[in-house]
Amino acid sequence: MKLTVRVWRQDGPLGEGRFDTREVDGVEPSMSVLELLDRYNHEVVTSGGEPVVFESDCREGICGACGIVVNGRPHGPVKRTPACHQRLNSFDDGATVTIEPFRAGPYPIIRDLMVERGALTEVLQAGGHVHVAAGTAPDADADRITFDTAEQALDFAACIGCGACVAACPNGSANLYLGAKLAHLSALPIPASERGSRARAMLNEADLMFGPCSLHGECAEVCPADIPLVAVSYVNRERLRAGIAGS
Amino acid sequence: MIFKRSRTRSAPQEVPAVIPPGTKAGVKAGSILDPNEPSGPRDTAWQRARDNYRLVSPLNRRKFSIIVVGTGLAGAGAAATLADLGYDVTSVTYHDAPRRAHSVAAQGGINAARAKKVDNDSIHRFVTDTVKGGDFRGRESEAFRLAEESARVIDHMNAVGAPFAREYGGSLATRSFGGVQVSRTYYTRGQTGQQLQVAAASELARQVRAGRVKQYVRHEMVDLIVKDGQASGVIVRHLLTGELKPLLAHAVVLATGGYGNIYFRSTLAKNSNASAAWRAHRRGAHMAMPSFVQFHPTALPISSEWQSKTILMSESLRNDGRIWVPATPGDVRPPNEIPEEERDYYLERKYPAFGNLTPRDVASRAAKEAIDGGFGVGPLKNSVYLDFRDAIARLGLETIASRYGNLFHMYHDATGEDPTTSPMRIAPGAHFTMGGLWADYQLMTSIPGLFVAGEAGFGYHGANRLGANSLLSACVDGWFTIPYTVPNYLAGKLGQPLLDPDDPAVTETMADAYARFDRLLGIGGTRPPRDFHRELGEVLYSGCGVSRTREGLTHAIGAIRDIRERFARDLLIAGPVDRVNQELEYAGRVEDYLQLAELMCVDALEREESCGAHFREEYRSDTGEAKRDDSTWASILAWETGSWDDTPTFTRHVEPLSFEAVPLEVRDYR
Ligand SMILES: Cc1cc2nc3c(=O)[nH]c(=O)nc-3n(C[C@H](O)[C@H](O)[C@H](O)COP(=O)(O)OP(=O)(O)OC[C@H]3O[C@@H](n4cnc5c(N)ncnc54)[C@H](O)[C@@H]3O)c2cc1C
Ligand code: SF4
Ligand code: FES
Repeated sequence: MKLTVRVWRQDGPLGEGRFDTREVDGVEPSMSVLELLDRYNHEVVTSGGEPVVFESDCREGICGACGIVVNGRPHGPVKRTPACHQRLNSFDDGATVTIEPFRAGPYPIIRDLMVERGALTEVLQAGGHVHVAAGTAPDADADRITFDTAEQALDFAACIGCGACVAACPNGSANLYLGAKLAHLSALPIPASERGSRARAMLNEADLMFGPCSLHGECAEVCPADIPLVAVSYVNRERLRAGIAGS
Repeated sequence: MIFKRSRTRSAPQEVPAVIPPGTKAGVKAGSILDPNEPSGPRDTAWQRARDNYRLVSPLNRRKFSIIVVGTGLAGAGAAATLADLGYDVTSVTYHDAPRRAHSVAAQGGINAARAKKVDNDSIHRFVTDTVKGGDFRGRESEAFRLAEESARVIDHMNAVGAPFAREYGGSLATRSFGGVQVSRTYYTRGQTGQQLQVAAASELARQVRAGRVKQYVRHEMVDLIVKDGQASGVIVRHLLTGELKPLLAHAVVLATGGYGNIYFRSTLAKNSNASAAWRAHRRGAHMAMPSFVQFHPTALPISSEWQSKTILMSESLRNDGRIWVPATPGDVRPPNEIPEEERDYYLERKYPAFGNLTPRDVASRAAKEAIDGGFGVGPLKNSVYLDFRDAIARLGLETIASRYGNLFHMYHDATGEDPTTSPMRIAPGAHFTMGGLWADYQLMTSIPGLFVAGEAGFGYHGANRLGANSLLSACVDGWFTIPYTVPNYLAGKLGQPLLDPDDPAVTETMADAYARFDRLLGIGGTRPPRDFHRELGEVLYSGCGVSRTREGLTHAIGAIRDIRERFARDLLIAGPVDRVNQELEYAGRVEDYLQLAELMCVDALEREESCGAHFREEYRSDTGEAKRDDSTWASILAWETGSWDDTPTFTRHVEPLSFEAVPLEVRDYR
């Protein structure tokens, strides 16, 4: 099939951006949009241009490195699917595919489609962890966690840290990401012991960088890890709980 | 710590500690290497080693700087733990966030010899499975360490937030993996690696926030600084600005993962590479058994030229899926129209004792034989079926979906097909490198002060890694080995200052790095790095792949030299050095692959036997299985590369192996 590909080019965080357009012929419906970009770049490079900068790594939906906007949607047209798994069979032969970077206040553009998502790591650093020194943990079998609790923790722990939720949110809120982490850790007995201090640390940090949540629900629609929208409610729940518990 | 004694103990078996004869052209015989194992019985060696390791007192620890390259399970574990102990730690990764390290992609599970169930698992059985699974080409003493520390790994990861799968009553759930007959694999759906990696990265993040780890993200290590034979730091390149910078330390830990990507299409992440290990090798660290590469039997087949990788389907699928091909070659009927009696469940037929759970090397080879024999299925006839029909009929769709739901989802994403209604198609794909930097029992390479952890090393797995043993080895290295052995090394260096940044060892290594990038950018040819990489991958798959021959390897060496020569002349890199330049990053990695690839073929050519994943067609038993030659090759080959010009010279060092707990025997999964 043949596609018209419009790609956002921008030299640096402050540079002015523009779209470059190119027709790419002979692509196959089974290719991913990232493979389309590989192909696009091959043509750009062999005709003397500079390739489009974009990030990806595992290409199997788990590392969270691939963050782009395809035809106006973070990751692409298929809901809850990462860019590396978005296939070209979503597009008709001859269609135009527009590829842009994640656009969100907390994500400065580095170059072309590459953005800086360090803000996500910073909130994790602030409190998304557990204080247990190597070798001091109790027997994991003695730490009884029912099947249902483990499954619930896993539903929230599935987040791949791609940051698409923030890019999809009109407010640039990270509540899906934050709520997923808080819900995951507060479901498990040992991590739950630091529940209050964790919530305070993470949310204080997040308030500095991300917007508030007004329940648009766009985040869950694009989340490639199927994090349920209910995760956002954990942010307020944990905030309230931490506030009441006091420090 | 619970310490179980092995059932039997005998004197190490007599294996002649000779340097195997007949080195090939271009190969020089080297010396006998000492693994520095504790003397005495192997099953208690780790305890004795720890009893004798030297310590650094808490107040002195911050005087020691340690660089850990890599934030996968091995690197994040080592950096977080060393920092928690009080050392001054610097952590380096080329990712934008530590969590993205490739450990995140592991699906199936992590082994542990916790032996809680009554299926008769034990430390000894774990060691037997690991040593035997590796076809007796790994160190027995290290398999004991792996087994002993495995219980603590699960406890720790559980405590720091990895939600393991649980039984209804609340205890940990387990499953079986290929090559073993007990159930010792702990897992979290099909996301075991992700859950462990995120927990590990969080531990690292905690130390970063506490100011105990200095974190360099988006920095790639491009060279190792060696002064007076000691590792003294690394050179890193900032991937956004191109700036080169020396980082200095008293010890360096490389936890940079495996190099399976050398095959171009592999199950690894696109950025995984050999460079850190190869650069260290070029500075003097021996490379052990680089040709020992595992091909995963349940990867997805290639369907188009632009497909960028082979996606892995977890081996756990083999617990319930049955592998088959049509009994007649070239049968093009859709799978569901082929009746039972016209299907060949070849693993169950050939290996009734292990059936679909034979170890990976055996399963991959059997698949390759079926495909080469014309029995392959799919549009390109390059795959075999993995069928859940019988399991669904037996256990119900719901049960099967709850076990493998996200893998089925992934398969559907990748192929558009639904594995619950028609069988999956799978094919062997390059997956894991058992080979890597040689290190002694303390994980120290042949360069004092340079340590290696995780897949970047060669330890534990011999000639074939058992499924779910490598997440474990990365964790054991990071959390429960490096934190003992690095201090043991540092204890003797108290008062030794860091290298002066103006020292010639630093400035010359920096100058080499500048010169290298200038040279790559200056070639000004016509073909991007990817083209050369793809060509190399094809050469390696056919010459140094699932099976090897003398002729094929010799041919591959010639082909690799040819690609290398064209690369040096015709490489095209768009863009400058001083900002994001992914083509330049890629070119550096491909250049390293083009050197390592030759050594892989030399290593495979040199080893005139078949063992584990190294299958030389000339050496097979009457039944067609791999035929080891223990009288000559019960050894680890570790390579040194001399100066590199058109025809490099390689020196082959040898570490003889002996086995006391697991008697040498022919692996038989029938
Ligand atoms: C698809 C897949 C599935 C797997 N499933 C399983 C499984 O179910 N069970 C199991 O036991 N094993 C599995 N494995 C194997 C296992 O995941 C790996 O062996 C293990 O995770 C390696 O961990 P590591 O810490 O050594 O390296 P990695 O996790 O690969 O980390 C390497 C790190 O080094 C960094 N790095 C590398 N080079 C440089 C450089 N030059 N400069 C700076 N940083 C650098 C990277 O940024 C990264 O942080 C699987 C592997 C794959 C590919
Ligand atoms: S919550 Fe979903 S969209 Fe947001 S970072 Fe996690 S995986 Fe990505
Ligand atoms: S590249 Fe890893 S999630 Fe897409």
